[in-house]
This record gives sequence, structure tokens and C-alpha cells, in this order.
Amino acid sequence: MLPLPPGLRRRLGEGPPPPTPAPPPFAPPAPAPPLFAPSLLPPLPPPFTFAPRRLRLGPHHPLFEDGDVHRHLYLQGVLTSLAEVAERPKVSEFSCHISGCCQVFDTLEGYEHHYNTLHRNVCSFCKRSFPSGHLLDIHILEWHDSLFQIMAEKQNMYKCLVEGCAEKFKSSKDRKDHLVTVHLYPADFRFDRPKKVKSGPKHVSSPTKQGSSMPMDVSVEMSEQFQVDPMEIGPSEHTEIPRPAASPSSSVPEKRLYKSRIPSTICFGQGATRGFKGPRKKV
Amino acid sequence: MWGRRRRGFGPSGSGAEELRARRREREAALRKARRQEQLVSKRLLREDTAAEEGGQDGAEIVPDPLSEDEVLELLRGVQRASEDRKRSLSRLRWALQNKETQQKFVRLDGSIRTLIGLFTSSLADMQMEAARCLHELSHSSDPAVAEACLPVTSYLLTYLSGHSVEFTELCLYTLGNLVVESEAVRKQLLPQGIIPVLASCIQSPHEAVLEGLGYVLSQLLQAKEAPTEIIPHTANAALLSLGALPALTSLLLDLASEIPQDAPEGLELLVCPVLRCLSNLLAEETDCEVQIQDERLLVALFLILQCFLQQHPFIVQECLWLLNNLTADKPFFCSTLLGLDLLPALLQLLPCSQMASVLVLTVLCNIAEKGPAYCQQLHQQPALPLLLPTLTLPNPEVVGQCLELLHLLFLHWPEAAADFVRQGGHRALEQHQSTPELQERARALLDMVGQPLGASTFSPCHATLSAFS
Repeated sequence: MLPLPPGLRRRLGEGPPPPTPAPPPFAPPAPAPPLFAPSLLPPLPPPFTFAPRRLRLGPHHPLFEDGDVHRHLYLQGVLTSLAEVAERPKVSEFSCHISGCCQVFDTLEGYEHHYNTLHRNVCSFCKRSFPSGHLLDIHILEWHDSLFQIMAEKQNMYKCLVEGCAEKFKSSKDRKDHLVTVHLYPADFRFDRPKKVKSGPKHVSSPTKQGSSMPMDVSVEMSEQFQVDPMEIGPSEHTEIPRPAASPSSSVPEKRLYKSRIPSTICFGQGATRGFKGPRKKV
Repeated sequence: MWGRRRRGFGPSGSGAEELRARRREREAALRKARRQEQLVSKRLLREDTAAEEGGQDGAEIVPDPLSEDEVLELLRGVQRASEDRKRSLSRLRWALQNKETQQKFVRLDGSIRTLIGLFTSSLADMQMEAARCLHELSHSSDPAVAEACLPVTSYLLTYLSGHSVEFTELCLYTLGNLVVESEAVRKQLLPQGIIPVLASCIQSPHEAVLEGLGYVLSQLLQAKEAPTEIIPHTANAALLSLGALPALTSLLLDLASEIPQDAPEGLELLVCPVLRCLSNLLAEETDCEVQIQDERLLVALFLILQCFLQQHPFIVQECLWLLNNLTADKPFFCSTLLGLDLLPALLQLLPCSQMASVLVLTVLCNIAEKGPAYCQQLHQQPALPLLLPTLTLPNPEVVGQCLELLHLLFLHWPEAAADFVRQGGHRALEQHQSTPELQERARALLDMVGQPLGASTFSPCHATLSAFS
């Protein structure tokens, strides 16, 4: 234990000190001057070299070794002697309360993830959901802003998808080239597929191919068939025509095919945003 | 901090002795890695799958490696849309805990592409499971595995702006792990816009996300190319102008006021980086005088020292380094230290460790150098009875610093020199006449106190200085 003066802790609680610094301790009269004036003494290099200086230490300095080792022991999980078991209580099955969504869950965490990924950042016009507010904003601008196409003819309107990059382009292709060359994005970035002008599927067959050698990718399949917005996560489960899925892995009914032809001005009964406006708001 | 997750795999059945032995082993390995500047640790988030692991003694159970065919079968299983897909994916995740299986998996054609497809799908539970697979891969210490994950990074970044806390957290730790393993990943992440994305993650109200964010940032900053490629040259000046010093001071004060007598385990992990930041920022050469003149900082420092002295002695040297930076230039903290009667506590830290001794003596030198009034107080403490035993230590660096201190004391407060002799200090000095690093200074001190070793060794002028005593 350190011999700290009593009442020390109380000093923390007091407000910031007055601006004037504490005066130095009382200085007694100076000691008698040396018998010989300094100039009579030959200049000898003093063996004492101390000078006070602030020390700046780099990350590999030995002073940090003990602290670093301690921290890494913690990172490696050795510090806790008992494993903290994370229980995920199972609850009886329940389904997502968003109308049109037929997912069921048996854990709260599963539901949370589902809801936060698929029912947030939802476009209020077309109900598609997006991984981020940024992509949602761009979607609304490019798909639902009636002036967009007109303005795009005169100026660069296609915004870069990367947050923090202010570049704009005159076409979706130019934007994609920028993404690939400057931001090193993959050429087949799933959230940047060009908006197809023609609607209609490329193939009518069931989205689920059995035994296919191609990686079965739900969102790729869907987007190629159903003119899905390039930045959408995947077909929204938010459809007004719920049908049993063609396969357990796909929750998108094939009827979705026709929705894209319906003008956006027509509002279905369940078209209202129903209480989760402002998908970008944080809880 | 890690409340929801299982932290490590501590044995539940085996004895404490085995635990200590394992800890010592790991500690030795970490020290060795640090000295080679290869100290790297990754985070692993893993579900509680005690049933799956079936470990009786709770020791790490890693599945055996699968054969190439078995891995291929699992891959096919997750590529096919079928009832079994989810189950195959879970089995894959389990199998990917094994290092060899990881390597085999990434070598399979289309494997990462498949995972990406599932990772970006609209099926939330598949997406989460795919994310966990990627997370296992990120934990690999084989750089080839990390590089196989290069195509994943743009998606990881995209999802960081999402709302699912658990998912975001997983993505953050996966990113952090990949960052540490591969320079190719880092080279790609910066143009992909990792910094703005992380900056917006800071807005998150969720602690888990903030912690993950801290992890990614810390791993980025530890990269060997960080000083040139990632950290701007004017970083410290920018930090100072943004008010980092008052903010950090305030944080340290908060921490110190929170400390109950038995500090909870883990608090030192928080205190330590704050100390380091403060110290280095104070040492920054700036044109404008950057000053904190708040006595509470000193109070906080000593409360922290008191709290962690027993359990975590490494905090002592880090606190003392900060104390040095506070007391080196301006006299404010020197006089505050004396005025608050903290000198006894400081002297008490002398015997803690070699590094602590040197630092305590350096701080005392900082104080003594400020002039006679300060030396008087040091002497009246009394300091000499504690300094004398220091002179007999076998460590030249410690003794040397002690000699510097004595020099300052005698210079400014000759009474100290007289007392020194009365207490027999000169005999301790004589013992160092043959130590190369110390002999000059030892002799000079002996001369100062009027006990020169041999008049012939010195010029006549030196001898007149004995008029001081």
C-alpha cells in the first residue's frame, strides 16, 4: 500500500483548480556565494549530464513490454479462468411480424439479425431493403426520383457507392469502372448491378437448380431474373403475394416476377411504411 | 466486455496449477514474440457449442482435419439449395475451426465465391452462418488463407453500416483479424474506404460495435507500414489541436474516481492506453505551449498507482513515465507533488523494480533541478535515508541516476551534503570508484562533500570546492 495522504480522493471531486498555478514552496535565503568567482575556475567538463526532458517512447520500447504482454494474454482469453458460457435461450417458434414476411425464428438473436438486415433501410417506394442507409439513399435517387434521368443527361449524377468518396459519374458503367479501378472493388460487386431497362426474366425455371456446379447464390439468381435493384440485398420478403417458396432456401415467390411492371404510383394495401419510417434512424 | 461470448476455453475441471503453467507458457511466448516485433493477437468470437465440442475437461477441442473429399462434399452441400443446406453450412463452420481444413477449403474452386453468395443473401440465418465461416477463416495464421479472403472485404465494409449489431460486430472482428494477417488486405482496405466507414461506426450506440471498431483500428495502427501509410505525419499535432489532452485528462480523472478499493479485473487494460496516450502527447514538440495544469491529474495518478501496485506492477512504470513527462519542464507539477504531500508515496516506489527505480530517481531529479526550495523539501522529507540504500544496488543505471540526483541536491542545498556524510554516504560512494560508468561521478560527489579520494588525483581548483561543506 502506498502511504498516500488522507483525503486525497476528495480532491478529485472538486472542480477544476483556479487558473493560477500553485506557488513554489517557500524559498529560504540563498546559500553563501562560492569563495571563488566562477571565472577563476577552469572550465571542467562536469561528469553529471542530467537534464530533465520529456520522453517520447515508440511502440517497441521495453517499458511497454509487461503491459503489452498482459494485454495480449487478455486478447488470447487466458485471463479468465472460467469460460463464460453464452446461453442462447431457445423460445417457442414465432414469426416475423412484418406483413408479408414469412420467416420463423426460435431465438431472439436470430430474429434481431433478420429484422435489422431485411426490414431496415427499406425503400418506402418499392419496399426493397439495402445493407446500408447510404445505398438506400442512392437507390431512391436513381430509381424513384423522377428528375434523376433528366438531370443525368446534363451532369454527372451517379454517385460513387463508397462512403466518403464524393465522385459522381455520368453513367452507371462509369461509376462501376471507378469502383473497380480506384476503390479496388470486385467487378461483380453484388450491390452494383446495372438497372436493366427491360423487365422480364432471363429464364423462367425455378431459381433453385439442383446439383448445379455454379455456386447457388440466391441474390445473383434473383437479380438476374427479376430486375432487382442492383443495390438491394436480395428480393425483399416484403411482398404482397406470399406463396410457399419454391424451395426452403428461397423465400421469394415466383410471382414476384410481375411486380416490377407495376407502376410505382400504385400503392398496394400494405404499401405504407407502417411505422418504421426513416430506416436510417438509430435505435 | 465480452459478456455475451465465451472467452477462451478455460478448463473447468483441471486444476489451477495447470492453468498457471499454461499462462506462464503463453506469457513467455508473448515476450519472445514482442522482442522480435511480431506480437500479434487475434480475436475469435465463437458460439457456445459445448454440446458440439463435447470437451469434458473444457480444453480447446478443435475438430480433426477433413480430407479433400470431405471438404468438397461440404462445399457441394452448401451450394445446393436443399433442406440440408443450413446443416451443411453449420458443419462447414465447425470443420473450419481446423487449420488444415481451412487451407483445403480456400483452395477449392469457387469456395470463397460460394461463401460470399451466402454472406450476401437475403436469408438472415444463412447469412450469419456464412459470416461465422468467414470469421473462422480470418483467424487463420496462414497468410494464404487471409489472402483468399480478399474478395470479401468490400462486403464486410458494406455491412458495417448496417443495423444488425451482432452481424456488424462479427464483421468488425473478421476485418480486424484479416487486417493483421495480410498486407495485401490492408493495401486494399484503404482505397475501399475503410476509414470513412469506421468513422461512421463510431456513431453507433452499441458497445459491442464500438469495441469491435476499436479492435479494427488498433490492428490497423499496428501494421508495420502504419507510420508511413496509415498514420498521417502530423497526427499528434492534429490530436492536440482537437483537444486530446483535456479529453484524456478528464478520462483519467473519471477512471481514478471510479476505482473502488478492489478494482475489477480488466480496469488496468483501460487505464494503460490512456496513460500512454497522455504521456506521448505531452512529449510532443509543439510550437504552442501545451499545458495541463490540473493538480487532480497528479491525484488520479497516485490513486491509480496505489490501486494497481499489488496486482499489476507494470502500471507503475507506465505511471512513472507519465510523471516524468509532467515534471520535466515546468515546475507546476513538481510543486504540486510536494504540496500535496505525495513525496512519501513516490519514494515508496523506489524498490519496486529496476525500471521503476530509474524512473522514480529521474522524477526526483526533475524536482531537484528546479532549485533550492525544491531540494530543501526533498531533503527534509527526508529523502536521504531512502537514497543511501539505493547506492549499494548492483545496478549501474540505477546508481548512476542516484548520483545525478545527489549532485543536484548537494548543488542546491549544501546541508544535504553535510547530512550525507554524517549518515556515512561517502562510504557507499567509495565503493564505486572502480565501476567505469560511475567512477567519475562518484569521485566528483566525494569531492563536493569534502571527502576527496586523493588530493593528487584532482587539480588544486577542485580542492577549493570543499569550502562548500
